[in-house]
Formats: sequence, structure tokens, C-alpha cells
Amino acid sequence: MNGSCTEKMRLVVIGNGMAGLRTVEELLACAPDRYEITVFGAEPYGNYNRILLSAVLCGEKQLADIFINTRQWYADNGITLHAGADKAVARIDRARRQVLAEDGTVADYDRLLIATGSDAIKMAIPGHDYVGVNTFRTIADVNAMLAYATPGKQALVLGGGLLGLEAANGLSQCGMTVTVIHNHADLLNKQLDSSASKLLQAELERRGVQFKMQARLQGLVGDGGQHVRAAQFDDGTALACDLFVMAIGVQPNITVAKAAGLACARGIIVNDAMQTSDAWVYAVGECVEHRGNTFGLVAPLYGQAKVCAQHLAGHSTAQFVNPPMATKLKVSGIKLFSVGDFQGNDQAEHIFFTDPVQGIYKKLVVKANQLVGAVLYGDTADSAWYQELVEQQVNVTPIRDRIIFGKA
Amino acid sequence: MDTIKTTCPYCGVGCGISAQADAATRQVKISGDMSHPANFGRLCAKGLALGETLELQGRLLSPLCHGQQSTWEAALNLVADTFNQTIAEYGADSVAIYGSGQLLTEDYYVANKLMKGFIGSGNMDTNSRLCMSSSVAGHKRAFGSDTVPGCYEDFELAGLVILIGSNAAWCHPVIFQRLRAAKLANSDLKIVVIDPRRTASCDIADLHLAIASSSDALLFNGLLQYLHDHDAVNSRYIQDHTEGYTQALPDIGHDYLSQAAQLCGLPPQQLETFYQWFAETDNTMSLYSQGINQSTSGTDKVNAIINCHLATGRIGRPGMGPFSLTGQPNAMGGREVGGLSHQLAAHMDFSNPEDVGRVARFWQTENIAQKQGYPAVELFDAMAEGKIKAVWIMGTNPVVSLPNADKVKQALQNCPFVVVSDCIAETDTTALAHVLLPAQGWSEKDGTVTNSERRISRQRPLLPPSGEAKPDWWIICQVARRMGFAQAFAYENPGQIFQEHAALSGFENDGQRDFDISGLAGLSPDGYAQLTPTQWPVNARHPQGTARLFANGQFFTASAKAQFVPVTPQTPANLPDGAFPLVLNTGRTRDQWHTMTRTAIAPVLNRHKPEPYVEIHPDDAARHHLQANGLATLTSHWGRMVARVRIDAGQKPGNIFVPMHWSGQYASQGRMGALVNPCVDPVSKQPESKHTPADICPYQPAWQGFVLTRQPLAKIPADYWVKIKHQDYFQYELAGNNLAETWQTLARSDFSGASGSVQWLHYEDAAAGHFRAAAIVCGQLRYVVSLAPDQGLPPRHWLGHVFAQTKITAAERKALLSGIAPPDTDDAGEVVCVCFNVGANTIKAAIRGQGLKTPQEVGRCLQAGTGCGSCLPEIRAMLPLSS
Repeated sequence: MNGSCTEKMRLVVIGNGMAGLRTVEELLACAPDRYEITVFGAEPYGNYNRILLSAVLCGEKQLADIFINTRQWYADNGITLHAGADKAVARIDRARRQVLAEDGTVADYDRLLIATGSDAIKMAIPGHDYVGVNTFRTIADVNAMLAYATPGKQALVLGGGLLGLEAANGLSQCGMTVTVIHNHADLLNKQLDSSASKLLQAELERRGVQFKMQARLQGLVGDGGQHVRAAQFDDGTALACDLFVMAIGVQPNITVAKAAGLACARGIIVNDAMQTSDAWVYAVGECVEHRGNTFGLVAPLYGQAKVCAQHLAGHSTAQFVNPPMATKLKVSGIKLFSVGDFQGNDQAEHIFFTDPVQGIYKKLVVKANQLVGAVLYGDTADSAWYQELVEQQVNVTPIRDRIIFGKA
Repeated sequence: MDTIKTTCPYCGVGCGISAQADAATRQVKISGDMSHPANFGRLCAKGLALGETLELQGRLLSPLCHGQQSTWEAALNLVADTFNQTIAEYGADSVAIYGSGQLLTEDYYVANKLMKGFIGSGNMDTNSRLCMSSSVAGHKRAFGSDTVPGCYEDFELAGLVILIGSNAAWCHPVIFQRLRAAKLANSDLKIVVIDPRRTASCDIADLHLAIASSSDALLFNGLLQYLHDHDAVNSRYIQDHTEGYTQALPDIGHDYLSQAAQLCGLPPQQLETFYQWFAETDNTMSLYSQGINQSTSGTDKVNAIINCHLATGRIGRPGMGPFSLTGQPNAMGGREVGGLSHQLAAHMDFSNPEDVGRVARFWQTENIAQKQGYPAVELFDAMAEGKIKAVWIMGTNPVVSLPNADKVKQALQNCPFVVVSDCIAETDTTALAHVLLPAQGWSEKDGTVTNSERRISRQRPLLPPSGEAKPDWWIICQVARRMGFAQAFAYENPGQIFQEHAALSGFENDGQRDFDISGLAGLSPDGYAQLTPTQWPVNARHPQGTARLFANGQFFTASAKAQFVPVTPQTPANLPDGAFPLVLNTGRTRDQWHTMTRTAIAPVLNRHKPEPYVEIHPDDAARHHLQANGLATLTSHWGRMVARVRIDAGQKPGNIFVPMHWSGQYASQGRMGALVNPCVDPVSKQPESKHTPADICPYQPAWQGFVLTRQPLAKIPADYWVKIKHQDYFQYELAGNNLAETWQTLARSDFSGASGSVQWLHYEDAAAGHFRAAAIVCGQLRYVVSLAPDQGLPPRHWLGHVFAQTKITAAERKALLSGIAPPDTDDAGEVVCVCFNVGANTIKAAIRGQGLKTPQEVGRCLQAGTGCGSCLPEIRAMLPLSS
């Protein structure tokens, strides 16, 4: 293409997010000259750290702080970046090995990497399209929310998961009166056990966040300007709001992949080498489905990026192994952590440590003499060690009675 | 503050103490009396900790009649009236006094005088029966008198010191310190330890003969034959000063050495080495103690030892002789006044009718007892049979210390009238008393004691009496007066009693009796007050006292010659069999005294051996499926106990050892007395406490645990518990058969009153059966409980230190329930050196860090081992193998 004596292969990346770009970075590190790289991104910037959006929302960080790679970096590394809504990829022509953007931009590929990430789920309830109803996924979402964030105004956050609580905390820090609406009795019910969840709720309440638990949302009420004004519930109650944030989870963005005929279930199906059903096409990140799992946290994505990059580099037998899930909530001053099978089942054995006055709760789950899960609240100093023990499937019998007190 | 010189109330060494007391605070500063010839300033850990035992908590402070607080007047009248009524109804032999080697001579004298002189019964015996009555009997048979011929200085002048059945390192620590110093000063001094166990005393031994239990007589008979065969006897001495030599030579043939070795369980070369050393060393001292005395052939064993000294003429001269180390501070004083039931007074016995008349004349009584009374074991047997209707126990705890102790307990429960004089309110024996009389304790009492080398020393009051406590002599005299013997018990102070006691010793004596302190009979009150330590006899011929007797070869027998006693070695009364395959041995630990009524008050003394334990050889432990530090049930034909297993290769296979100290006050199932067979020596009536057939098996509770708590527990829902007092908290070691859930509720209910301010920490691993909790109140640790299905419990010592802290750091708080100090926290470990409070971790770190190679280097670096020295064996064990 560029007339050099050795023809470089062409790699096209769909998605300018954390997983795709981490793969590119890994690839540059291990095979810098192998590919001519082109990246398509639907957001009009270089890539940024989506995880830190919460920090931006609550004012701990500025937008400028969270960018990972500037446009200059792409140039410096010889990467062609097509960024912006008009550069969103419209379709893949696998027969021609071409990617086509909305604006007609075409890129040929020898290898294709799909990293389209996921989209925030918007609940299809009456009023969901009113103005002031937001998701929490992108810089644009954050900017929209910050526009409402003045003291005295009221926000409702739907979803007591990680993202919802981070949104609620951020908006509360901005001075808004915030109520979290959650359909379960426990916050973070996928990440914490009930005890830890109660401690967390108490702490957030102490900080001013209110909760409506086990709530069944019926619909949103708008004003004449089609702006959201309140939420209505099955129990007949209603809560007023100026802003309504939906943070009920994400779904893999598989539209383009599916249209191209790649095997998809909830996500794009990949094997342990992060290959899709088309051997020339790879996929990483929140858009994939690996051995039945989809992904929402960053650590496994980086693992996928590493494996994928090595295969793209052409010299690897690396296999992606999905590590046990580890959770941390990015709310400053709240220490919580969970990993693995922290609920346990009938065969599981539980080790507890509590120091209620200090707000400390720890639960370790042991199965067949191995640590299989942990929940920590209030003191997460040993989380990395527990994660290691879970991942490495260590026989903990010799240290069982000391393990909850931390690595000696 | 004035310095007051007094005497230690524990073992028979009788160390002098210089004390400074503050009556207002009851603080007493203790140091060794540099001028006292027993110790020259040295003290052991127990003596040094005396100041910590003087608190009012736990003291008996007023008389109690049938559980109700009473006046002295009412209590004394009740005792006197009941004794008189009992005597009137059932005769004088239906009452008894059971005294103690803890009584002062003056107390002892009036008790004995009351029972034998005025009540007219021989039923005055004492716990000294359990301790050295075999020595008394052996002395009498050989010398015609109960005489310890030598003195402590002889240990330092000896070329060979034999410790026989004596763990002096723990039981007579200051004697052991003197021996250790003598050994350091004189590299030619050889020390031999004869003991089935490899004890701490072996630390300085050149030779340890780990003989089969109770084979001592065989060994010394063999020695006598060896001396004879090798012309090592002193024929001239035998001829001039002894009788019965030929008959005493054992008829054991020429192969006796290998035979004796086989029967004693020793390699023949070892035995021969010992025999050879004995034969070639003129200045040989044979120190013996309970390992010899507490046997159904204890008297014979004593004589087997004395025979060897008589055959070599090694007696009465510096650096040589047989030497009985007595157990108690005033065992010797008790013998002087006639405190044993076969004795009358002042080394006069019922066996001599002239003595009976003489004492009656001196006491001006017509009611003197004519025959000996019950010795200890028989006394309580008679009580069980209903023959003793009223008993007065003084300063001793027979429910714990006597053999077949459960029977003793039953006997006391069935006895119609039990009076106990004690300084401590709650003991296993006071619990059974109808009348409790508060006696003054050490630091309050005023009188004299006599130590193992016949040295009379003063115990002087340091503090005012606690509550309404009275001197024992006063209590006894008050009862005697109320019984109608006012004239004979009109003493106003202990000095008057001592005068009379001294006068009696010289009364119609004329050199007939060894015990003669007539030289002190004229002592003025001031002279008594100022009395300095003096060895008897003290009389006209020896006004300054007497270091050694028998140097002239004159003895107190009819012929004035010492008597050889033919000894036929006997097996113990009960031998191991299929059901009870092991030999149970009992004895003292280093830092406790008797039934712990006083020493367990001092936290520093509870660190060395905090829990009742059983020492067992690794092979036996394996055979009986015992695990180190697990619990074991010990059973004998007579009773049972539960103890912590300590596997110790120094224990002879087939033998197990348990400490004698634990009572029902400090352990639920730690009374070794319950197991011990009540068999006694036919001559001395001393029980065979060193040899009871026993069985052992794992004690497998459903759970084990511990509680550390600032306040003692009101109730302890555990089948097995041990209570240990520390500086800032109480430790309870626990085990139970029922599920431990009760503890979880208990832990909380103990704090129901203060729930608002209590901060609880919890740890739970239900599948593993682990439960732990800690309570913090006002920033201080208040309570820790830890339970497990087995011994998998956190260590305690760091938690103990946290009790002393006024603040708990976050890291410490996090680590609390692990029991393991957070990194970078000082954790000295278990205390090894009690005197200077140096922990095992500190010592190990110094050995590692500074390359220390000898106990001396450790001492220079950390002071550890430089106090009483009794931890030196433990320090040596921590050093690299080279030493």
C-alpha cells in the first residue's frame, strides 16, 4: 500500500475504546511493524478512560485528565484514526474484507478487530425518551448530567449497581438531592452479599444519598416541554426529579458484527484466542461473549487485549482465561471489594470477620479447601492477595485460621 | 522506710529476706538478705515475687461460722465448746488437729501442746507427713535422733554432690544456685543426678542416672556392696562408731553390678562410674528429697543412703554426709515441737515412756496422751469411718494435697465439725469448713522457722494484720483457754512460747537428745526480737549454735553408735498392670508453691507453667494416641484428672509426671491428689506419692478455647477449665463436651450492662468450628474469647500485652482476633526469665542476631538467667546445638 519493500498487513479496528486501543498498544509493543493500522471510533476524540467518568462527574477529575491517547499519538504511531459520529462503522463486507463507515469511508483489512464495546440499557418504560432522561456511559452523558447538577435540584438514579451508585455519589457531591431506585433489597446485589450491602447503604445514606429499595418503576412523568419531572411506582408513590439517570447495565454492541454474519449470542462469540467465527476477524472487550460470559469490568478486558495482540502478532498460543470477577466501587472513602463466588452455596464454607464500629465486614468463601470468593467492606487492604488465592486455587487449609487477618 | 529481716515462707531452704514495707499501700519491696547464711542474698522467683502476693483480695478477713460472718468471741466459743462436747461424748481420740509445715514453730508448739498435752490425744499430725517423715524415721533408725548432720556450706566443700530424687533446680532453687556457683568455681566438683526424669537439675550434672522408678534402694545396696568389695569402706569407723555393718551388706552375689544395673534400668558402665566416683571421693554429699521419701519403702531408701555414708565414715565432717532437703519452710520446726502424730515434743516420742512422763512434768499436765495418734492418711481414713468427729485444719489444703484426695474430700464432708484456720478465704478445704478462722499470713506473722540445715530464723511482721486476722498461736491459745486450759496457754506473745519451747528442749536433756536449744531459753523479749539465724543445738556447750553433728562419732542411740539398717529393696505397693500400665509421678513446678493459694496470686509466677500438664515420653504418647499440647484424661484406681500433654523425651518410658499444685480454685479437673494411691511406708507412714499405676488417654472435647478477661468470670460453662491470673487480666483455658454455642451468648451477656460502650469484634468460621470475639471498652481490650474444635487456637501472649495498653492501634485492632502481633510490633513471646521478664522471642532474636553461644552471653546481653537462674536450662535449650 505504501510501497515499502515488505508489504505490511492491514489491521482495522472498529471501536476506539479501552479494549480496542489496549489491544493496539499491546500489538505495537510486541510487533510494531507488522500492521498498517486504521481505527474507527464513533466518539469524536482520541480514546479515554471510561472508568474515570465517575471521577469527572463528582469533580475529582477534569475531562482532560482522563484521555489516554491524543490524536497526536495516533499520528506518531502511524495509525489512521477515523473518529466521530459520521465515522461510525455502518457495515463489514467480509467477502471483500472491507469496513465501511457511515460517511462512506472504506478501509480494507487483512485482519479485523471488533471492539465496539457495549451500550447502556435504556429501560423501555413510558416516558423514557423525555428530556432529562440520561444514561451514564460516555463523555456526552457526563456533560449532560453536569448540566443539571446544581444544588437543590433533584436526581433519580435507576439502578443500585456499581455505575448507578457512582452516578448517585457524583451527583450528590455536586449538591443534587439524589435517590437511588433499586429493584432488589440489596445494593450491588451482584457484587456484594447482603451484610456488606447493608453497610454500604448505611454509609451512602450517611453521605446524603437516599434509597428506594425493591422498587418497581411504572413510568416517568413529563412536563409540557417533554421534560422528565417525576417517576411513578407500582406502590402508588412518586418521586419528583429534574434528572433521571438510567444505570441498569449495559448490553454488548453487536449490531455491526451480527449484520456481517458473525456468530453472536448475547455478544460476539470468540474463542480463547479472541477469534470470532471468521478467522480473520477478532473481537475484544464488552462486545464479546467468551465461553458464555460477557464482560463489564476492565481487568479481563486487558487480559483479552494481551491475548488478542499476541495472536495478531502471529506468534502465539496464548489463551484467554476468564479470571474470577473482582469488583471495586469507585467512590472515594468507601472500600469494598468482592471476588469470585462470594455468595457460596451449600457446599461452601464461610469465614467472617466483623468490626461493626469500624465499619468492617469481611467474608471469605472456601470450597474444597480453596478460597473461591471474598467480600470485603471497610478494609480492602488484602483484596489483591485474596484475588491471587482465588485465581491460583491455592489450598488454604494451612493458613485457614489466619487468612482473614491478611497476608502475614 | 526501715528494712526488716525476715524469712521466705516457701521451701525448706529458708532464705533470708530484707524487706521494706509501706503499711498504707501494702507495698513490700523484697530482696535477698545478704547476711543470711542460707542464701547470702540470693532468692528464687517465688521469693522475689512475695510482694505481689500480699493483696487483700481473696484473703479471709473475718471469722465465719456456718458460712455466716461471726465475731471472734462467738467463733472461738463455738470451736472450744464443740471440741469439748465431742471429747465428752466420744473421747479425746475423736478429735484431731491437722497442721502444716507453713505454721511457725510457736504456732506449732501450742497446737501440739493443746492436743497431746491437754486434750490428751496423739491426733496431731501435719502435712509434713507427706514430705519428709521417711527422713525422720530413717534418721531415727540410724542416728537414734532426727538429725540432719551437715549444713549448706558442705555442698560447696564437696567434691561429689549426688542429688537423689530431688529436682533442686525447681524445688530448692537457691540450693541449686549455690551448687551451680560451686560447680563454676570448682571444675573438679562432680554432680550426679539420680532421677527417673531428666529434670532441670540435670543442667549442671556430670552424670544423670535415669533409674527405674523406685529402684533407689537397689542402687544404694549395690553401692554398699561395691564399696565393700573395693575396700573403699572405712573399717576403723565402722568398728568404732557403728553397729550392724555385716548384716546390712546385701546378699547379692558377685554379679550384683550388672544385676543392679539391669534392675535399675541403667547401663552397667554408668552405674560403675557412679560407684567409682563415690568410692574415690571422700567429700561426698548425698542430697535427697521427695523422690526418696514419698515411697512405701522411703524409710529403707533413706537408710540405704545413710548406710553408704556410715560405711565410709563420711558424716559430720565438712563437705560430706547425707542431707535431707525438706520441703516446707518449717517442716523442721514442726519436727522440733513434735508435730507428727508419733512424736510428743522436742524430739521426744511416745515410744519412750520416760519421755511421756518428762513432757507431762514439764507441761504440768495430767492429761498427756499416752500413745501416738493417727498419721495423715489414717487420720482421714478414720474420719471417713466416722471415728473423727471434729477436726481442726491449720494452714493446709488436704483436699488437694493428700493421696486419694476425693476420699479426703468425702471424709471432710461427712465430718460433723470441721474448723479451718487459713489466710485465704476460698480453698478446696475452706469450702468444707463449718468454722473458718482468719489467720495472719506471711508479712503479718511473728515467730520462728527452722530450715533444712537446722537453722532457726525469724519471720517478722512487715504489715499490720489484714482485717481481723490473728496469729495462729493466739487462735489456738484462745480456744485452749476456752476449753479450760487457761493456765497452760496464758502466753501473751510468741517470744514467751519460744522460751518455753527452748526450755523444754533442754529439760532433763543432759546430752540425751539432739534437739537442744536451751541456750535460747533465757532469751529476753529484745533478744527474741533481734534473734539472728542460728543452727541448733544451741546450748551451754554450743552457745553460738552448731554447724555439724556427729563429727565425734557419737550418736544418740543407746550404744552411742550409729546403726546400719539392712535394707531389702521393695517394689512399690501397686505395680502397673494392663489396666493402669503407666507409673504416675508427682511433684513441684518451678514457680508455684503447694496448692497455689498464694503463688497463683502473683501474675509473674503463673507464666512458667500456666496449666496442669502431664509429661510423657514420646513413645508412650504415641502408644496412647496423645498429641503434644492436647488434653489427656489420667485415671488411676482412685480417681481421675485432666491435663495438658507435654511430650518430653526426658521422661522415662512408662513413667508420667504431673505437677502437684492445681486445686479446684484454679482448674476444674487438675487435682492430682485424686489419683495418688493412699499407700504408706510402714515405718514413716509417708504416702507413696511418686508411684501410682495410672492410665492415660486423649481427652477429646467437642471444643476447646480460651477467654482473656479483665474481670474474673462469674460462671464458666466448660467441663474443663483452668484459671490463670495475669497482671491485667485473667486467662481461662477451656474445653467442653457440649456445643460451644453457649459461649457466643455468654460473651455478649457478660456485657449486657454496658452494651452501649462495648465495641465487639467477631470472627467466625462455622465450618471449621472456630469462633472468636473481642470486646473493646473505652479504647482498651476488655475481653477475648476464642473457640475451636481442637487446639487450633490463636496464641495468647501478645493479646495479654494488649490488655496492658491504654490504646489499641488500627493494625492491632485488625490483628486482635488472630492473636498474632502485627508486623513491627514488639512481641517478646512467652516469658522465660521471670526475674527480668525476658521473653522467648527476645532471647531467640538475640541468639540469632548477635551469635550468642552460651547462657552467660545471653545473660550479659539481656540479663536473662542472671536472677534466680532457674531458667538457664531453658535458655541453654534455645542455644545452637554446640552447647
